[in-house]
Amino acid sequence: MTSYVVRRLLLAIPTLLAMLTVVFILVRLVPGDAAVAMLGDRASAEALAALRAQLGLDQPLPVQYLRFMSDMVTGNFGLSAVSGRAVLSEVAVVLPYTLELTAAAMIIGIAFGIPLGIVAAIRRNKWPDYASRLLSLVGLSFPGFVSAILMLLAFAVWLQWFPVMSRPTANPIDHLRSLALPALNLGLIMTAYIARVTRSSMLDVMGEDFIRTARAKGVKTRSIIIRHALGNALIPIVTVVGLNFGTMIGNSVLVEIVFTRPGLGKLILGALQSRDYTMLQGLMVVFATFVVLVNIVTDVIYAAVDPRVSYAK
Amino acid sequence: MTDITLASATPEKAPNVVFNALRRNRLSWIGIGLLLLIVLAAAFAPMIAPYDPLKQNILHRLSAPSAQFWLGTDSFGRDVLSRLLYGARISLAIGFLSVMIAMAVGSALGIVAGYIGGLFDQIVMGFVDVMLSFPTLLLGLMVAAMLGASFENLIIAIAITETAPFARVARGPTIAIKRRDFIDAAKSLGFTPVRIMGVHILPNILSDIVVVASLWMASAIRTEASLAFIGLGVAPPAATWGGMIREGFENILSAWWLVVFPSVAILLTVLALNLLGDALRDAIDPKTRNER
Repeated sequence: MTSYVVRRLLLAIPTLLAMLTVVFILVRLVPGDAAVAMLGDRASAEALAALRAQLGLDQPLPVQYLRFMSDMVTGNFGLSAVSGRAVLSEVAVVLPYTLELTAAAMIIGIAFGIPLGIVAAIRRNKWPDYASRLLSLVGLSFPGFVSAILMLLAFAVWLQWFPVMSRPTANPIDHLRSLALPALNLGLIMTAYIARVTRSSMLDVMGEDFIRTARAKGVKTRSIIIRHALGNALIPIVTVVGLNFGTMIGNSVLVEIVFTRPGLGKLILGALQSRDYTMLQGLMVVFATFVVLVNIVTDVIYAAVDPRVSYAK
Repeated sequence: MTDITLASATPEKAPNVVFNALRRNRLSWIGIGLLLLIVLAAAFAPMIAPYDPLKQNILHRLSAPSAQFWLGTDSFGRDVLSRLLYGARISLAIGFLSVMIAMAVGSALGIVAGYIGGLFDQIVMGFVDVMLSFPTLLLGLMVAAMLGASFENLIIAIAITETAPFARVARGPTIAIKRRDFIDAAKSLGFTPVRIMGVHILPNILSDIVVVASLWMASAIRTEASLAFIGLGVAPPAATWGGMIREGFENILSAWWLVVFPSVAILLTVLALNLLGDALRDAIDPKTRNER
């Protein structure tokens, strides 16, 4: 197991290096260059030259590339052009809020999605199935920020059950109330994904021979569903949850903005408005690294859940 | 995993399968009907729209939906219904064009990688995997922020986020088909690789690609709206759905109609495309084809 994890981590290195290269290229897409974009057209030549020197833009491209790569690999993400503080420390301040939100959403998605998918699979082509499939489809069609705004309007503005601004506080009850709406919103989108995969995965497994054997042996239906079928159906579910993590992070950015919650979303918005390219580039690397890490965790869980996946291979 | 199911997927003529599946799947009719309605609304916006979408009218600012303004007016007194109709044009155009570009570039990459194989295949697919590890929305946001938001740049930004999935989808079936006898026959006749890929492989995998295209167009419209919402949309005063929500969000406490109607428009469009895409996918995927 340990050697499998180590090998999986080593395999991630080329992916991470290629990803950094993509970010490097993206930042060079800026028309003119980042210094002009950050300071504006009317900046003095001296100011531009100073910023270019600070960002390393006065060097030839290969030098810029090597410097960028070594900076990123050693965790030197540069200084925010706005606050002047290190990009990574700014990220570290708000990261717990985003993680808290995504974790809560994930729990909601699993808690609702799996039962919904199981019911749909068991009552296939009957009304619970249709209802669950329609709900999934609607859930998958909502852009995260649209459902967030509609929920905000319904539950915070009209019904006033929840605060309009989601500010985490020291009071645990208030804290949960402020977390509830954004987490529910992201969680329901996750529910839609999970319910859909659970259904199709359960249907696949329920058609297998060993399920028929279990039935023939007289095993109770409930036990078949939970022990025999769900155990095997979990494997694709784990994969999909892992694959959709990136989508959820993308959605969380917008949801945080809608609910005026501190987090990576607010950081991105601020960086966009102030044309803080150092910050944007750093955030991009942070996000992509996260996705790569989650993929590794998914693979490891996958191997742990499915005894057929051999660690040695 | 999907490579295997897709590879063995086209024993019947594709258009027949697609047509039959669509006929059987009633939900897909709702999708097609909705989509048709939205496309018509966008196409004939200048004729149906009751007002000029850019005309400001301070006397009627923030008026609630009424007989005069069916869906109300925004903080500049502009008619929400007219702006919605014109906004449909931008959303559909960006969604359609970006997916077309992504489809052309992505499928070409996937077919060539699958056909040639070897090192080229490894490099292309490695790159595809890297692109897929960026969340779609964030990648689009990054490219749009770097290039600057404009109609053309948004199409490029969204196309960049969606090229990799098309390469993935095109490569799998290409590998399966290149081992078939008729490709060997074509090779021994001395056809050029370009001709084999374009004339013999592409038509056989087109249905797989088209299915993905309808689902990714839904995603493209979602991404465009999301980017407009964070301020990376086609510049105001042009009406875009995401931009309308962005402006309406400032008045959410007093003027609900400013956010609700554009939200419904986005939702219906994406839902229509997803309904259609799901039905098409069921038609192509042999695993679900016999379900109904």
